[in-house]
Amino acid sequence: MATRIEISGLTAYYGKFKAVADVNLTIEPKSVTAFIGPSGCGKSTVLRTLNRMHEVLPGARVEGKVLLDGEDLYGPGVDPVNVRRNVGMVFQRPNPFPTMSIYENVIAGLKLNGVRKKSLLDERVEESLKGANLWDEVKDRLNRPGAGLSGGQQQRLCIARAIAVEPQVLLMDEPCSALDPISTLAIEDLIQKLRSSYTIVIVTHNMQQASRVSETTAFFSLEKTGDPGRLVEYSTTSQIFSNPKEKRTEDYISGRFG
Amino acid sequence: MTTEPDSPADAGTRGTGSQTTPAATEPSVPAQPTAEKPDEVSTDVTPGEAVSEAVSESEAVSETAAASDSTASSDRTAASVSAAVRESVPVSETKGDLTPREISPEPGAKPKIGLADTLFKNLTRTAGIGLLVLIGLIALFLVLRAWDALSANEGNFFTTETWGANDTPPVFGVAALLFGTLLSAVIALAIAIPVAVGIALFITIYAPRRMASALGYVVDLLAAVPSVIYGLWGLLVLAPHFNGTQMWLNDYFGWIPLFDVGEGSVGRSVFLASVVLAIMVLPIIAALSREVFLQVPITHREAALALGATRWEMIRTAVIPYGKPGVISASMLGLGRAMGETIAVALVLPSTFNISWNILKPAGNTIAANVANGFGEANDIGRGALIASGLVLFVVTMVVNMIARAVIARRREFSGRAA
Repeated sequence: MATRIEISGLTAYYGKFKAVADVNLTIEPKSVTAFIGPSGCGKSTVLRTLNRMHEVLPGARVEGKVLLDGEDLYGPGVDPVNVRRNVGMVFQRPNPFPTMSIYENVIAGLKLNGVRKKSLLDERVEESLKGANLWDEVKDRLNRPGAGLSGGQQQRLCIARAIAVEPQVLLMDEPCSALDPISTLAIEDLIQKLRSSYTIVIVTHNMQQASRVSETTAFFSLEKTGDPGRLVEYSTTSQIFSNPKEKRTEDYISGRFG
Repeated sequence: MTTEPDSPADAGTRGTGSQTTPAATEPSVPAQPTAEKPDEVSTDVTPGEAVSEAVSESEAVSETAAASDSTASSDRTAASVSAAVRESVPVSETKGDLTPREISPEPGAKPKIGLADTLFKNLTRTAGIGLLVLIGLIALFLVLRAWDALSANEGNFFTTETWGANDTPPVFGVAALLFGTLLSAVIALAIAIPVAVGIALFITIYAPRRMASALGYVVDLLAAVPSVIYGLWGLLVLAPHFNGTQMWLNDYFGWIPLFDVGEGSVGRSVFLASVVLAIMVLPIIAALSREVFLQVPITHREAALALGATRWEMIRTAVIPYGKPGVISASMLGLGRAMGETIAVALVLPSTFNISWNILKPAGNTIAANVANGFGEANDIGRGALIASGLVLFVVTMVVNMIARAVIARRREFSGRAA
């Protein structure tokens, strides 16, 4: 289930603009890795290259390699659709499908995979919602619209939707930035719970959150606006936050980023 | 001090603008209390708003207003420029004898609502009520004019399949016309909706950006072509070349009663009219559907893609369900146009008055086409009869629209707009 991710020589473009350059890092299986850094440093871009969502935007392209258990996601003949079925993603804003019920939202990915059997679907809905710490809150209203839940519940519904297809990797792009502190706590608890089953990569602007949930942290930064973002330092979270090697990392985490 | 803020936010913008132009061109000349001038549109101020103004801001505002050339500074934001321009009219009238204006009016004074607000409110109210009155008057007109003809009718208006409204005694019925109207409109929609939705999806999702805008333009252009052009095209160009298609349908799909001509021949048929109608309503449905699909939030599309959806699956999961109410509305507009279309159908169809499910035979007529064909030589009763048929069309259109609204409302909480 969980998978090692090796990124080597990764450069991502939006049209002619080089957003992030020459990223090399290895993410261990069944770990939580946080990407931190100032806005525009390319951390979300790198995250989106891990399930080939980057290229969804017009003009966006990627150079370099991303190996998922040794297999290059950007190798010839690799279908991005298959990649995305193995690498789940949770977005910044909760985005349950508004036209679907809670139940339908959870099984959306399974349906795309051709699962039709009602008993199996029921089972997976319960499993996934329990996995996302949402079951108790919604079990009596599975047929109500997913958009009717609170923001935090919607985000957990999105996590349930992502894990329902049993991906190997779970990517989270600032999953709590649109949520209140209590919902944020619920998501962080959930990440603690999911770390035993999935390789998790989370982008966050909240450094306390990074230090709370992750084992390893990658700090991205950029020299000045218009320059590509780069990976500055990649190490264990405790090292990054207590004893960073790079001056820029230290400046950033101590709030002296200039 | 001051002033005429429409809203605190607005005043804030102006304040910012004037900080960049310290309006030193004119000292704060005393301004007359303008609240007493009813002809100045935006000068009145409610006490609450005025008090909430920061004094420094208020000063800045009045300075901006007092600047003789309020558009001189180039570094202002567009909003503050427009605000200043708006202000410069009343202020320039009073220039020269400005006295300080009060923040709070006399104690006990009623908060005044600006003339512009009153004017605008009444304008919109008049427009709204006017529309209702207009609809009512149209209905009344139709009923009154139809009444005489209906009382003189020797046949049953709803079942008779002839139109002898000008004969004595008059015998006419709307049955065949209504049937033809609904049949041709429904077939037209059946052809137009899939194509239109396809066009809209292609423009919003598949087409490269440049091609998408060109296509969108062409679609809008199609909507602007007058119906008589479509009618003439259908009659002169399409009809002569369409018999082959109709014969083919008869040969291979004759087992469907709709396409079974039997011993007869094909010709200027309901099907031909429907095709012309379909082409006419296509741009409406396509243009509106495109707008709806463009509104699907990018996050929903990405959610589907991130689950491993192909583009088509993404469309099926995220785009079409979200756009469905809009597509239904668009289709109903198209249906309305197809049912009400007059001249194109009148040109194409041979005006017969019988109900036939066979859509390939040269036969058929619609309410609107019958009005166009018959109004010229109709006598009093004949006109009343035509108006009665128009009333039927009016009611049918209304019922169709109500059904469509009910369909949309049924799944409202799942529409993504209710939450």
